[in-house]
Amino acid sequence: MTTQTQDRATPTTYAQALNAALRDALREDENVLVFGEDVGQLGGVFRITDGLTREFGEQRCFDTPLAEAGIAGFAVGLCTQGFRPVIEMQFDAFGYPAFEQVVSHVAKMRNRTRGAVTMPMVIRYPYAGGIGGVEHHCDSSEGYYVHTPGLHVVTPSTPADAYSLLREAIASDDPVIFMEPKSLYWSKAELELPVRTEPIGRAAVRREGSDVTLITYGPQVPNALKAAEVAAAEEDWRVEVVDLRSLVPFDDETVAASVHKTGRAVVLAEAQGFAGMGAEIAARVSERCFHSLAAPVLRVSGLDIPYPPPILEHSYLPGVDRILDTIARLQWDDEPDLTFLDGPLGQEAHR
Amino acid sequence: MSDTSTLLPCEQPVRFLDPDGTATPHDPQTGAQLEARGYAIPSDDDLLAVWRGMVIGRRFDAQATALTKQGRLAVYPSSRGQDACQVASMLALEEGDWVFPTYRDSMALVTRGIDPVEVLTLLRGDWHCGYDPSVTLTAAQCTPLATQAVHAAGAADGLRRRGRGGIALCLVGDGATSEGDFHEGLNFAAVFGAPVVYLVQNNKYAISVPLAKQTHAPSLAYKGIGYGVPSEQVDGNDPAAVLAVLRAAYRHAREGRGPMLVEAHTYRMEAHTNADDATRYRTPDEVEEWAGQDPIVRLQAYLVGRGALDEARIEEVKAEAEALAADLRTRMNAEPVVDPLSLFEHVYAEPTPQLLEQAAMVRAEEALR
Ligand SMILES: Cc1ncc(C[n+]2csc(CCOP(=O)(O)OP(=O)(O)O)c2C)c(N)n1
Ligand SMILES: [Mg+2]
Repeated sequence: MTTQTQDRATPTTYAQALNAALRDALREDENVLVFGEDVGQLGGVFRITDGLTREFGEQRCFDTPLAEAGIAGFAVGLCTQGFRPVIEMQFDAFGYPAFEQVVSHVAKMRNRTRGAVTMPMVIRYPYAGGIGGVEHHCDSSEGYYVHTPGLHVVTPSTPADAYSLLREAIASDDPVIFMEPKSLYWSKAELELPVRTEPIGRAAVRREGSDVTLITYGPQVPNALKAAEVAAAEEDWRVEVVDLRSLVPFDDETVAASVHKTGRAVVLAEAQGFAGMGAEIAARVSERCFHSLAAPVLRVSGLDIPYPPPILEHSYLPGVDRILDTIARLQWDDEPDLTFLDGPLGQEAHR
Repeated sequence: MSDTSTLLPCEQPVRFLDPDGTATPHDPQTGAQLEARGYAIPSDDDLLAVWRGMVIGRRFDAQATALTKQGRLAVYPSSRGQDACQVASMLALEEGDWVFPTYRDSMALVTRGIDPVEVLTLLRGDWHCGYDPSVTLTAAQCTPLATQAVHAAGAADGLRRRGRGGIALCLVGDGATSEGDFHEGLNFAAVFGAPVVYLVQNNKYAISVPLAKQTHAPSLAYKGIGYGVPSEQVDGNDPAAVLAVLRAAYRHAREGRGPMLVEAHTYRMEAHTNADDATRYRTPDEVEEWAGQDPIVRLQAYLVGRGALDEARIEEVKAEAEALAADLRTRMNAEPVVDPLSLFEHVYAEPTPQLLEQAAMVRAEEALR
């Protein structure tokens, strides 16, 4: 998928890829502005904007007052003057003060004005857990944004995608919610930049398999690949891993093609499960692939609780075991395993 | 430490005309302060333009209220009584300036020269924003309270960056000054030195809630000092004072000295909207008292007294206003043409595959109608 030539590739972290994307965008288009809390001199708490103020000056990459609605609303105003703001919400849960600006203005402006005023901005959210963060630093908040028409929502899981999707997001005339799994910031790949991967709206098959499709995105992609490896080694299950990359627009085509092929599907999302992105994926697969399915679509997710304190987060996070246990429930024998059902069929199966 | 006295408003709202249209007498100290702040009673010609704008604006407002009663508009928030703010704020702007209005400011937008039918599209309900903001340099009328305060700061910062001149005017209600976004807007504007003027039309109520329950600030103009934003308060029913103060404020922003906050003390003569019953929260005596402060009566008396305005001109402008109302009636009585498939056109630059599926469904449904 990535088009690097092996000899010129260097080890690049996800964070460095994002930084390079911002730098290249700032260089190519003077309408691009980068701002947020601590993104200037400091380079952001995760150093994603490291060195940008030094290179491009205070007018292009700058600190704002500490106010998320202000940051988002200021970006709305700049869009009316033809700028392309790339703004940072310092952490997932600290994006909530900006929620009204995002859902009532950023998402709706094109529609309200019949295309006369567009919002070509990117809102970056470091999100999700697995980093031992204390409360309010580990939310999987993508569900709020995917539910809002007018926003594109993407979440890269590799350094190559981090670079390519961010460049595409900045160039997009639609507002893009750019969700960066914090746990992947330090992940590495051999990469030659600039790199272009598949466009927004396309999912990627990260591992081919014939027995079951594991559909996932963002922070859980590495987990899915690990689970697929263990499944192959220990159970001889060939797990196909689909990385959505783009939650909105959603790539029904790639997902359905995979499930038609394998006949089984598990949806893996780190967010709490109830009424979330995972539920949407499961519903879409059921609607499109019902006749190809040998078992119900199952979900693996976080728990329906506020994100737990660091020492307990291992119980919340869907690990390889929870994934494998779920795959195991996909009616592999002639005799279907219905023990997970609540109703009479389930009770029967337990007996 | 900056000199905080320049950040504070005058102790009394700036006024040039008394309610009966005679010039307000100023003691020497007040006179000196007004002069120091660059406020002078505008010329007869400038005031005639404001008077004309108010006569036409009020006729538009009355027509919109009538259209609501006839079921042609879903709802209409009238700005009758606030005519001086609505009109003078627009006439003092220059080419290239932007406006960030609220749902209350339809009269202002008509004064700005936007087609009244396009202004009322939102309230008729055939689309959200009926005019093109990028052509009229006027943001879509904003309903989520005070959210436009930060848009105006950002837009003004954008104008500053482009370096081609232009300022932003942000219209805000008194109740909306309690919202966090009002605070964030003023603060961002100040920190970035954005050329934006915030005009708070303090019409004393946020729907039913009186100002006393909204704030303990001495007046809303005192909210500026905490952000280092120079502020002023003005008699919002005195068109001469509103014009003079806003001109000075716009000049301040235009000269690159950052934002300004102006509070206009005025009154909403109608209920919040046609759907509201104002008798539940305010007395007839109070409304009566404000009726005696009418901005059109005040300015007309002043101009007639000076011999700058006569019956013939008054009749002429009245006829102009009637013509606008008649044209509005005719055009609003035509059924709007709507296309359900247009719902999918402007959600994204390109519709998503999911939207294309839904559009196909709606197309099929429409075909069966
Ligand atoms: C965020 C938000 N909360 C509540 C409302 C509902 N609402 C509409 S107008 C209004 C009163 C606003 O009063 P004020 O700011 O004084 O403006 P006015 O209507 O008097 O011009 C309220 C509460 C809203 N539009 N937005
Ligand atoms: Mg009010």
